[in-house]
Amino acid sequence: MRALQQAAIALTLMGVALCAAALDTTVLPDPALQARYVALTHELRCMQCQNESIADSPVDLAADLRNQVREQLLAGKSDEQIRGWMAARYGDFILFRPRYSWRNAWLWGAPAALLLLGAGVCWRVLRQRTQLLATDSDPVEEDLRT
Amino acid sequence: MTVRRFLVPLVPLAVFAVLAVVLAIGIRHSPDKGIIVSPLLGKPAPQFALPALLEPARTVRSQDFQGHWYLLNVWGTWCGECRAEHQMLLRVKESHAVPLIGLDWKDDDAQAQAWLTQLGNPYDTVAVDRSGRAAIDWGVYGAPETFLISPAGIVVYKHVGALTEDVWTREILPRVQAGKS
Repeated sequence: MRALQQAAIALTLMGVALCAAALDTTVLPDPALQARYVALTHELRCMQCQNESIADSPVDLAADLRNQVREQLLAGKSDEQIRGWMAARYGDFILFRPRYSWRNAWLWGAPAALLLLGAGVCWRVLRQRTQLLATDSDPVEEDLRT
Repeated sequence: MTVRRFLVPLVPLAVFAVLAVVLAIGIRHSPDKGIIVSPLLGKPAPQFALPALLEPARTVRSQDFQGHWYLLNVWGTWCGECRAEHQMLLRVKESHAVPLIGLDWKDDDAQAQAWLTQLGNPYDTVAVDRSGRAAIDWGVYGAPETFLISPAGIVVYKHVGALTEDVWTREILPRVQAGKS
């Protein structure tokens, strides 16, 4: 039973590998370039099927964009230059890994700002409570009436 | 003290109002609604030099249209929505308001020519982009797409999907007319 399960898993994985291999058979001459090619095509969005990367998408446009990545890598462009080239045409939306910019700075800063705000409120409330405890000599009913 | 008593409970309400506005803007611009704002808007139109569909020996250059308003319509015979918008394109041609340039995207020349003979040719010129390279420069991700370019060569407006009467009268015509007067 166990062996059967393992065989099934192995077969499935092989199928997945075969599908992936069939989709993009590009091999660049230099292994370092190839590694950058694989990384880049996995972090660029396919604009037609928006939840897939161009590496995983079977549509024509994804193949054209992969081709661009390959050509530009061979021409000696840096990863950042290629990302910029893509974003200049399709917008930041094509980048799965968002870039820092003045336009989205508030988004990156928001969690820290909210945390600080929360800490400030927390600190004030705690301080007021300790002060109340020290000064409040009225019975509880008195408080409820106000 | 009484002012504070009155204001403090309003703080969460204010925070909620701000959040609601931010989220409403976010939802409206969500890519799920098909609106991916093109980074080309307000920038110079990408250049191209491509063979003309109907006279293959001639080269269509984007500079040819410099100094005039023009519409660039990206289409292909493989694209169903393009058939749907074809009647609208013919009406655009009849209006003589703005020249219509076609970009035949990754298509078969013979099929494209047959398409224009059968359905009528709404274009002043059709450029053939067999490799799809020009379309990438224009940030095209699905046909049909229509761009409006000003006489200064700036991309002023982009519509994704079939061109409709509504888009034509609300978005395109007013811009062209405002630019002319």
